[in-house]
Amino acid sequence: MEARINIPAKVVRNEPFEVRLQIRHPMETGYRTDDTGKAIARNVVRSVTCRYNGDLVFAAQLSSGIAANPYLRFFVTARASGELQFEWVDDAGVRISERAPVVVA
Amino acid sequence: MLRATIVAAACAASMAAHAQQRPIAADALRSGIAYAGADIRAMQADDLANPGFLWVQRGEALFNENCTACHRDAASMRGVAARYPAYDPSAKSVLDLEGRIEQCRTGRQHKPAFGRESDDLVSLATFVTHQSRGLPMSVSIDGPARASFERGEAFYTQRHGQMNLACTHCHDQSYGKRLYTETISQGHGTAFPAYRLEWQGQGSLQRRLRACLFGVRAEMPKPGAPELTDLELYLAWRANGLPIESPGVRR
Repeated sequence: MEARINIPAKVVRNEPFEVRLQIRHPMETGYRTDDTGKAIARNVVRSVTCRYNGDLVFAAQLSSGIAANPYLRFFVTARASGELQFEWVDDAGVRISERAPVVVA
Repeated sequence: MLRATIVAAACAASMAAHAQQRPIAADALRSGIAYAGADIRAMQADDLANPGFLWVQRGEALFNENCTACHRDAASMRGVAARYPAYDPSAKSVLDLEGRIEQCRTGRQHKPAFGRESDDLVSLATFVTHQSRGLPMSVSIDGPARASFERGEAFYTQRHGQMNLACTHCHDQSYGKRLYTETISQGHGTAFPAYRLEWQGQGSLQRRLRACLFGVRAEMPKPGAPELTDLELYLAWRANGLPIESPGVRR
């Protein structure tokens, strides 16, 4: 619900395939004020990780310079079928994880 | 002779349907995406990159949770958004799609209203509108909808705010020209609910109309105000024939 993950339905062994991840998040910069002039606390997704069967294959540190609903594209190579495990955490401490199966043809 | 009669009959029928003169001829209608930059066009064209689909996804979950007891499945919603705003006999007024969803929610399900521009209502409206993607806008302005249409047309052609501008000055007389860094569009709402980079999120056509009124320094009717619904009906009629794009992407 909190993200859209897209990977090919089938991938080729030892050939890179593209992973697309779009996270639903306001990425509040911390530089804005509300209608009464009060500062709106910063709340950005700080770190995103992607593991393949437990091994770290991608990691990103995001900041307030990244727009709302961050969209990440990266490549992963698989030797065997398995599972991509995504996890991200924001300034409010909300930690979300998602999984996506990878089928090596 | 027979052919001439058929053509004459078809002309008469089309005259009746389009008795009202369109400000922009049907074959000259262009979606707002035609005036957007290459990056925005690419973002809208790729469903995986288009952030509006986050709202389609949430709307689908809400639909399955709240609506399928009556409306069976998403496929039954195909074509619905193309007919809205429409006159609703039980409300005795014209409702836009968001208004119609709220009416269903409060009047038939006896649940608290989502609230205009709430994330839930925007998500549901996006999901339902998305089911009609590619279908031409085809609202009716006949019968009981007529009065609302005429009020919408009057609003569209009347000057507003400190800038003393009417919608028609930009969107009928100046489309294709530059306004600062923006190219003025014909002002069709067929992409909405849409993802606007300025909003960093998804919003309704009414929110966009309020933003336009803010731009000309006019008073903004409250979200859900009848003036905005009337204007939405006029705009939808003006765009009749253009395909629905929701979720569109705009700057």
